[in-house]
Amino acid sequence: MKWLSDYYKTLQPSIREFRLSFYLLNRNALQRISLIVIGLLVLIAIFAPWIAPFPSHAISETNPQDKLLPPSSRYWFGTDELGRDLLSRVIFGTRISLQTALIAVGLALLIGVPLGAIAGGLGGAADEIIMRITDVFLSFPPLLLAIAIAAFLGPSLQNAMLAIAISWWPWYTRIIRGQAVSIRERQFVRAALAIGTPMPRIIFRHILPNTMAPVIVQASMDIGGVILTVAALSFLGLGAQPPTPEWGLLISTSRTYFLNAWWYSTFPGIAIFLTVLVFNLIGDGIREVLDPRTRKF
Amino acid sequence: MRKFILRRLLLGVIVLFGVALITFFVARVVPSDPAAKWAGPRATPEQIAKARLELGLDKPLIVQFGKYLVDLVSGNLGYSLRTRRPVTLELMESLPATVELVLISTFAAVFVGIPLGVISAKQKDRLVDHLSRLFSIGVVSLPTFWIGLILQLVFFRMLGLFPMGGQLSTEIKITMEIPRITGFLMLDSLITGNFRIFVDALWHLVLPGITIGLYPVGLVARMTRSALLEILSEDYITAARSYGLKERVVLWSYALKNSIGPTSTVVALSIGYTLVNTFLTESIFTWPGIGSYIATAVIGLDYPAIMGVTIFSAFSYVILNLIADIIIALDPRVRT
Repeated sequence: MKWLSDYYKTLQPSIREFRLSFYLLNRNALQRISLIVIGLLVLIAIFAPWIAPFPSHAISETNPQDKLLPPSSRYWFGTDELGRDLLSRVIFGTRISLQTALIAVGLALLIGVPLGAIAGGLGGAADEIIMRITDVFLSFPPLLLAIAIAAFLGPSLQNAMLAIAISWWPWYTRIIRGQAVSIRERQFVRAALAIGTPMPRIIFRHILPNTMAPVIVQASMDIGGVILTVAALSFLGLGAQPPTPEWGLLISTSRTYFLNAWWYSTFPGIAIFLTVLVFNLIGDGIREVLDPRTRKF
Repeated sequence: MRKFILRRLLLGVIVLFGVALITFFVARVVPSDPAAKWAGPRATPEQIAKARLELGLDKPLIVQFGKYLVDLVSGNLGYSLRTRRPVTLELMESLPATVELVLISTFAAVFVGIPLGVISAKQKDRLVDHLSRLFSIGVVSLPTFWIGLILQLVFFRMLGLFPMGGQLSTEIKITMEIPRITGFLMLDSLITGNFRIFVDALWHLVLPGITIGLYPVGLVARMTRSALLEILSEDYITAARSYGLKERVVLWSYALKNSIGPTSTVVALSIGYTLVNTFLTESIFTWPGIGSYIATAVIGLDYPAIMGVTIFSAFSYVILNLIADIIIALDPRVRT
């Protein structure tokens, strides 16, 4: 498991990078608000059982006598067709969405990063083969491959995460490979090679740590898109299954009732929109901060 | 340039081969028992055995893949589990409705998105720019299927302005003969001079059109803006300005023409996005296209149909990108 500890070390330079980006991001009002909202969302996700007014409504408890009630002082977001508090379900949905997106991106990184490092570090035939495979994966329209894989794996939230990871990793491979190719030519890598360091160690110990910063940035920019993808898969019936309070699934279920219960589709949708929006705003900000042409100190 | 295009075409064929390979793996290797999937959730053991034979699962993978390729090239995508009809035939039937939607949204992407991006680049860091950037980032953060529902809620349920779904009103479907020449409803009604059907169809297109169109408009506006900003800082733009050319000419003719590369790439990309977004929205508007087709297939786990739509969409996307690349090749700077 030597490579695992090496892998961990790779995170260090990106943490430094992150601190700087955080400082720069914090100077723009819109981005500061986005950062605060993300912080709130994380808190909501962690403390969902304590924040939700009716935690037992999140999964299975039903009260048919309260079904499809409009928003009121008791049920702020109204209730669903089984009388469950929609606010509680949306709050628990935050937990599911953030968790799923993080795991999916993490899995994609786990596949994409080592492959990119190997392609860029080794070069030659390995590079050629790996990069042609990523080309083919990237030639699918986004979401399409995830739909097909999720359908064939069988509909469930786990499989949706797996499907997203399988269709997402090539982006990271591409970034890492591009970085690795330029780092391979640097003096310290040649020096390591000259003293007879084995190739795997060079790739994972010397090259990989220096390639991580841009890919971590890209991954954090992707969170919004992945949340949207998870919701879309669930909406189609390929992600979370009832009674999970996943946002996309909530909207999908609401389709039967929403014409006479406007709150049912409206609130979960606003939750998705706000979450994705703040992640995208931060992503945009990070891009601006990192691009020397638009960087303002 | 001919060499570039030829090389690009060859690469396209290789990519198509790769796409076929991946879809083959997804359909045949990922599931533990592909025959059971292919025969459907309620298949009898005999049906599964028949499917196993039909798919050639008893043969080595390489032989299976060969047969799969031959089927693809001859346009055989298997039979839908739900209707027992050829998937290719059903795809062709639902294609025109989807193409109508995709065309409308591409039209919007080009004629709203590009000007929006140009104006935004021109007015960089002014109010218009901030608003248009907020709009662009807002629409790419919206769940498409949710916009559809909200539009229905507001414009159908509350205001009663637009129909809830479908391509035509029921009364027109009952009382008038629907022209079928090309399969494209709007085109057919125009050809036959049936103006009432045309207007009705247009009326039905508004809500799904907006739902589908918002995303590409935002995406294209964003890309056009950043491409233009890069170009506007080039020396030849400064030169053009110092010659005393009108700013309008510099912007819309000099700069925009040079941004055709990134712009056509993003238009191709947005068509791909739109196509997949129809999967999420058509069923909301009971729009009889490919999107509704795959949504129904997903619910019933109709695997041949899901696979058919996947292959079809992936192939069209690859070909679109090929076209975008060839447009880029028209730029003399890319010619090699």
